[in-house]
Amino acid sequence: MLGYIDKIREISKRLLDEGRVDMVIGFRKGTMPMMNEPAFVKTPGEVSKLVWDSNCGINLANYLTDRKEKIGVIAKGCDSRNIVTHLLENKIKRENLVIIGVPCKGMIDRRRITEMFDAEVREVNEEGDTVTVKGAGFEKKLKKSDILQENCSICIHRNPVLYDELAAPLVEEQKDIERYAEVRRIEAMAPQEKWQYFNDLIAPCIRCYACRNACPLCYCPTCFVDESRPQWVGKSQDETDIRTFHFLRAYHCAGRCTDCGACERACPVGIKVRQFTSKLNKDCLDMFGWEAGVLPDKRPPLDTFKPGDPGDFIK
Amino acid sequence: MEHMGVEPGRLSFSWISSAESTKFVDVVKDVTATVKALGPNNNFKKAADKVA
Repeated sequence: MLGYIDKIREISKRLLDEGRVDMVIGFRKGTMPMMNEPAFVKTPGEVSKLVWDSNCGINLANYLTDRKEKIGVIAKGCDSRNIVTHLLENKIKRENLVIIGVPCKGMIDRRRITEMFDAEVREVNEEGDTVTVKGAGFEKKLKKSDILQENCSICIHRNPVLYDELAAPLVEEQKDIERYAEVRRIEAMAPQEKWQYFNDLIAPCIRCYACRNACPLCYCPTCFVDESRPQWVGKSQDETDIRTFHFLRAYHCAGRCTDCGACERACPVGIKVRQFTSKLNKDCLDMFGWEAGVLPDKRPPLDTFKPGDPGDFIK
Repeated sequence: MEHMGVEPGRLSFSWISSAESTKFVDVVKDVTATVKALGPNNNFKKAADKVA
C-alpha cells in the first residue's frame, strides 16, 4: 500500500496542473502516530504533503457533501461506496468529481495497537505486511492482518466501485467471509440479554457525537439530537436518551451504511458503534439483496416500493 | 426494536382501513392481550431526577 503514494501524487498534480479540479482531498500525516488527517490540496506544489498508508481510515466522502467546486477525491472501496450514496442522494454532482480510486488492503486499528502497550506509542511504521510499533523502551513487529480494523477484516469491497483514475492495480477481494457473526450472536439472545448487551455497549458513551460527525451519511443541516423545537430526544446522559440517540441514528443509516467504520474509529471511548448499523445492513441484504453504494444506477430499497417487498410484520 | 431487546409482541404493526371497524376492534383486543401477558415495560424508564 505504501507504494501507492507516488502514483497518487502524480495523478493529483496532473489534475491540478491541468485545471481539471480546484482541489484534491486526500490524507496527510497527522500530528500523532496512526492519526492521518484529511488534506485539502489546492496547488500542485502542495501534493507532496499527501500520504498513503494503513492509517487512512477516515471516510473522505464526508468532505464532499454539498460542495460546488470541482474536486479530486481519493477513494478506497468504502469511500467510493459512500460517494455513490452521495450521488444517489444528490449531495454531489458526478461531473464535479474526479475519483482517484485506491484499492485497499485494510486499515489498522489504532485503538487495538494502543491497548497492546503500557507505554505511549510514539512511532508506527509499516513495510509490506509488517507493522513496527515503537515507543519509550519497546519496539515490536506486528502482522498487519492481525491488527486490522474489524470492518476491514470482514470487508468484501476493497476495490473502489466507481473511479476515474486508479492509483494501483485492483486487489483481490476477500471471499467466503462471515460478515455478521456478532449480529447472529445477538439475534440468538433472549430479549433481556439483548437489552443488557446494548446497555453495556453504550454505558461509556459521553454523547460527544463524534460518530455522527465522522459519518458521511450524517449530513442533515440540523441533526435530530440538536433540535430543540420539537425536542425529539432528551439531551441527558440517561441510558434511555443515549440508547435513543444511537438507535435512531442507526435507523437513519438503514440501507445507506457501507460499514466504513468511521464511526467506530472516531469514538473516543471505544464503543463498537458498528453494532447498531450491522443488524440493519444484514437485514437489507437478507430482505432486499441490497448492499449500499455498490450500484450507481439503482435506487435504494427504502425509497422504492415493490409489490414483493417483505411485509410479514404487518398484521 | 426486537434486536435491541424489546420483547416480541410489545410493538405491532397493522394495516386497517377506516371501513374495517371489526378488524380494528380485533387488533386492539389482540394487542392489549399480548402486552398484558408480557407485563409492565421496565425498559425505557428514566429516573425522575434524570428527566431533562
